[in-house]
Amino acid sequence: MSNTLWSDRQGDDWRTKVGLAEMLKGGVIMDVVTPDQAKIAQDAGAQAVMALERVPADIRAHGGVARMSDPKIVEGIQSAVSIPVMAKCRIGHFVEAQILQSLGVDFIDESEVLTPADDQFHVEKRSFKVPFVCGCRNLGEALRRIGEGAAMIRTKGEAGTGDVVEAVRHLRTVIGEMRRISVLPKEELMSTARDLGAPYELVVEVAERRTLPVPNFSAGGVATPADAALMMQLGAEAVFVGSGIFKSNNPERRARAIVDAVAYYNDPDKLAKISEDLGEAMSGMSSSAMAEEERLAGRGW
Amino acid sequence: MRIGVLAFQGDFARHINAVTGHGAEAVAVRTPEGVERSDAMIIPGGESTTIGMLCERFGLLEVIRDRIAGGMPVFGTCAGAILLAREIVESDQVRFGSLDIGIRRNAYGRQRESFEADIELASGGTFRGVFIRAPKIERVGTGISVLGSLDGNPVLIARDGIWAATFHPELTADRRIHAEFLEYAATVATGV
Repeated sequence: MSNTLWSDRQGDDWRTKVGLAEMLKGGVIMDVVTPDQAKIAQDAGAQAVMALERVPADIRAHGGVARMSDPKIVEGIQSAVSIPVMAKCRIGHFVEAQILQSLGVDFIDESEVLTPADDQFHVEKRSFKVPFVCGCRNLGEALRRIGEGAAMIRTKGEAGTGDVVEAVRHLRTVIGEMRRISVLPKEELMSTARDLGAPYELVVEVAERRTLPVPNFSAGGVATPADAALMMQLGAEAVFVGSGIFKSNNPERRARAIVDAVAYYNDPDKLAKISEDLGEAMSGMSSSAMAEEERLAGRGW
Repeated sequence: MRIGVLAFQGDFARHINAVTGHGAEAVAVRTPEGVERSDAMIIPGGESTTIGMLCERFGLLEVIRDRIAGGMPVFGTCAGAILLAREIVESDQVRFGSLDIGIRRNAYGRQRESFEADIELASGGTFRGVFIRAPKIERVGTGISVLGSLDGNPVLIARDGIWAATFHPELTADRRIHAEFLEYAATVATGV
């Protein structure tokens, strides 16, 4: 058995995939549904955009089956901006992923926000040239996705609610579990891997390095600059904002304020200024009042 | 010697690791005061539009530009190289513009076209280059040395204390390029 860690044994394209995720640390990735919104996001300082047909709040309101966006929407957004463009495929829908790769999106989000296409299996992500980001609620789920080839992890939160509580819970869970396994003696790691439902080699790596092998971002429920800074202070390395920007009443200002808040997440004096006079945030819905079947975060196996 | 790593966005943490691994002090810089306290700076990879915009909004753009003009050594990788370029093809984005080169963003294509390749160093030997949505240097002004090239194109260049790479030496374990920049910066800092 080699004594190198899992990450050190990955091939060349692993480094370019995780490398792009590294380039996206410390910034904000914004959901957009039109080229105009993509430009607003870029002009506000977004480091990447997620091209969608509907933001999560509208997916909830619309009901029915949520699928990959029309390629026309993705292409329109790609030609409108110079920053990376991401897009979502359904969980397990490897043909949607193939189509998104063919369109040349920079990251594919295999996302619980869309209706799952497979209720047991995720996409095998290693065979794709384009990197994947996947959601998680805990360390086991994060390591299963990384084992399948995800080059970026985002904690799920509860998308489309504007309520940050689930994002906090998921991030604290992942970080707490990493902290816990980092102090375990080696002989306990195999049973821990079994209990987490995670690949043993990845558990060994996390125990040694005390961090995930790929960047760990936060998503799902961020609506204000303070929410974004909260996630950063808790240990997220970047923030996804979905409905929070274009469902607010002044998207330009709010987008810029959230970018500034992530840059200065540790500076309360600056955060106070940044949070001033932004107009109404998205009204949102409390995630604790939601029925279990309305929750998106439970999707993922 | 204190190396300030511009830390608004991008892979600044990887540069900080590279610098401290070489025994120098590295600090994350987000304020004009942080720039003033630095003996040399690194502008990391990331999104050049985002980094440039935040520098402008928070008063770092002029300070960094002036310090570079005053002789502070600076090393820009990928997005950092774009921000140092005087000319960015088909873009009017904010930049320091300290280095007389013309650079094209995303010149190899999108992420699908990102790659690794061995770069030829002018000093002899090769260096493993990680190119991620990388730019291409299309024009090199007078007085600029090409220190590394790929298929005949310059990918690592320098003029006095201003260094630029279109790839990411911070993502590989090979520290030769960081070491060389830090040695140069040390001679400037100590006035030798």
